[in-house]
Amino acid sequence: MAYGSKVIDHYEHPRNVGNFGTTQEVKKNPQIGVGLVGAPECGDVMQLQIRVDAETGLIDDARFKCFGCGSAIASSSLATEWLKGKTLDEGMAIKNTQIVEELSLPPVKIHCSVLAEDAIKSAIEDYKNKNGIQTTETKAASAH
Amino acid sequence: MIDQSTTRPTIYFDHAATTPCDPRVVEAMLPHFTDVFGNPGSRNHSFGWAAERAIDTARRQVADLLGADRKEIIFTSGATESNNLAIKGAAAMYQKAPAGSTSRGHIISCIIEHKAVLDPCQRLEKEGFDATFLHPGADGVITADMVESAMRDDTILVTLMWANNEIGVINEIPDIGALCHDRGVVFHTDATQWVGKMPVNVKADNIDLLSMSGHKIYGPKGVGALYVRRRRPRVRLVAIQEGGGQERGYRSGTLNVTGIVGLGKACELFMNEMDDERERLYGLRKKLEATITSRLDNVQINGHPDKRLPHLTNISFGFVEGESLMMATKEIAMSSGSACTSASLEPSYVLKGLGIGDDLAHSSLRMSLGRWTTPEEVDYAADAIVEAVVKLRALSPLYDMYKEGIDITKIEWAAH
Repeated sequence: MAYGSKVIDHYEHPRNVGNFGTTQEVKKNPQIGVGLVGAPECGDVMQLQIRVDAETGLIDDARFKCFGCGSAIASSSLATEWLKGKTLDEGMAIKNTQIVEELSLPPVKIHCSVLAEDAIKSAIEDYKNKNGIQTTETKAASAH
Repeated sequence: MIDQSTTRPTIYFDHAATTPCDPRVVEAMLPHFTDVFGNPGSRNHSFGWAAERAIDTARRQVADLLGADRKEIIFTSGATESNNLAIKGAAAMYQKAPAGSTSRGHIISCIIEHKAVLDPCQRLEKEGFDATFLHPGADGVITADMVESAMRDDTILVTLMWANNEIGVINEIPDIGALCHDRGVVFHTDATQWVGKMPVNVKADNIDLLSMSGHKIYGPKGVGALYVRRRRPRVRLVAIQEGGGQERGYRSGTLNVTGIVGLGKACELFMNEMDDERERLYGLRKKLEATITSRLDNVQINGHPDKRLPHLTNISFGFVEGESLMMATKEIAMSSGSACTSASLEPSYVLKGLGIGDDLAHSSLRMSLGRWTTPEEVDYAADAIVEAVVKLRALSPLYDMYKEGIDITKIEWAAH
C-alpha cells in the first residue's frame, strides 16, 4: 500500500505519544478524559487522552497510543495535534472527513479516520462524565 | 545490499510468493523465443521436431525431479490450473452418480488449503458432490488419522497440500497416500511450495496427482505441471480445456515451449543443488527465528515447530499490527497476515484455521528465504524487525495494558 507523505511523516514522527499515567491513575484524575476505541480482533485500537484546564475550559494537552496500521497511527497522532488548545465543543466538532482530507487517506483507510473521531468524542465524553458536565447534544437541545 | 536512499525493498523475503528466474533458466529459454520457435505439434518439419525435442527434454527433467515417468507429466499454465484439472477432472471421472443427481461422491480437503484448491472443491459442492474440509490442530498438520476418520464409502478424492504456503507446515503425505491407496481413493497433493525444497518420489510417496509451479522454483511464471500416475493405480481425468488434444488430451492448447524449457531447466538445477540449498536455507531460517525470539517477548512462531519447510517462517508479534510493522521495515519485502494488506479486511484464514486469534493473526509476518539470501541480509532483517517491534510497542496501548497486568481478552471491545 502506498502512503501519502503526511501519513508517513506522522508514522515516522508520531506527535504526543504517551499517556498521563497508568490506567488506574488516569481513571482517578478528574482532569483527564480517556477514549479507548476499536478492538484488537479488528486490527485497530486507539487510546486518546486529553487533559483539560478547568479554569479556561481548554484542552491543554493530549496524548495517544495506537495499535493499528500506518493510517490509524497517523490519524490518532493528528487528532492530538488538533485537540490541543481547543474547547470541548470545538473538539466535539472535529469530523473524520477533515482527517481524511488532511492525510489524503484512500477509501480503504477511511475507517481509521472514523475511529479517530470516535476516540476524540469518547475522550471528551469521559471528561464530561467525570466532571458532571452535560453533553453537547443535551445543551444544544435546551438552547433551542 | 541495502539501499537507504530509496523506499524500494532491497531484501527479498517473499520467495513463497514468487522467485526470480535463475539466470541459467533464462539462458536455456532464450533460443526458444527466436531460433527454435517451432510448434511441437508440427509433425512434418524440422522446426516442429526441434521444439518437440526441447519439450521431451523438459518432460524428462521434471519427471526426474519427481521420480515419475515422462509420460506422467502434463504441462499446464501453473499450479492453479494443475489443481483445477486434478480436482475437477478426477471428480468428473470418478463420480458415483450422473451430473445433477444428489451425492455424486465425497471429497476430502482441508480448511487451510490454498484458494486454488478450496474454490474448485466448493465449485464441486455446488455441482452435487459432498466435501469435508478437515480442521488441523493448532500445529497446522493434517495426519493420516484425521483423513481416515473423514473417509466414507463414497469418498472418491482426497486433496491435501504437501506444505502450506503461509506457514510452511508439512502434512503426512506418504501416509495419507498409502491410506488412499488402501481404500481405492484418488489422492491429489498441491506440492507447489514443497517441490524444489524437499525430495519427492511420487511412487514411494503414494501420490496419484501432484501439482507444481514454475515460478516458485526459480523458473518462469505462466508454466506448471501436473503429475498423473499411470500405473498401480492408473489414474484418469476428464479434461477441462478441450481443443487440439495436446498433452494426451488432458490439456489442449499449443505448448508454452519457452516456459516449459525453463521449468525443465529449473527442475534439473535442483537435482544437484537441492540438498545443499535446503541445509543452507534451514540454517538461515533458524538464525532468523533465534535472533527474533531471543530479543523480543510475546512472539510466537506459527505452526508445527519442526514439521515445516526449511526456508519459511510465520511469526506473530503480540501487540503490534502487521501492516504498520511492514511499514517500519519497508526495505524488506515480506507478507503479512494482517487484514489491512488485503482488500477483504479479514485476517489470514490460514492462521485463523489454526485457532490463532484475530489479534495475533493481524500481527503476523511471513518471511520466506531463497537461493540468493545471504547471512548478512538475515542479520539486517532480524535487527530491523526487532527495532520496529520495539518502536511500535512503545506506541501500542495493548502493550501498556499487558505490562500493567490487564487481560485484554477480558475487555469489552466495541467491535466496528
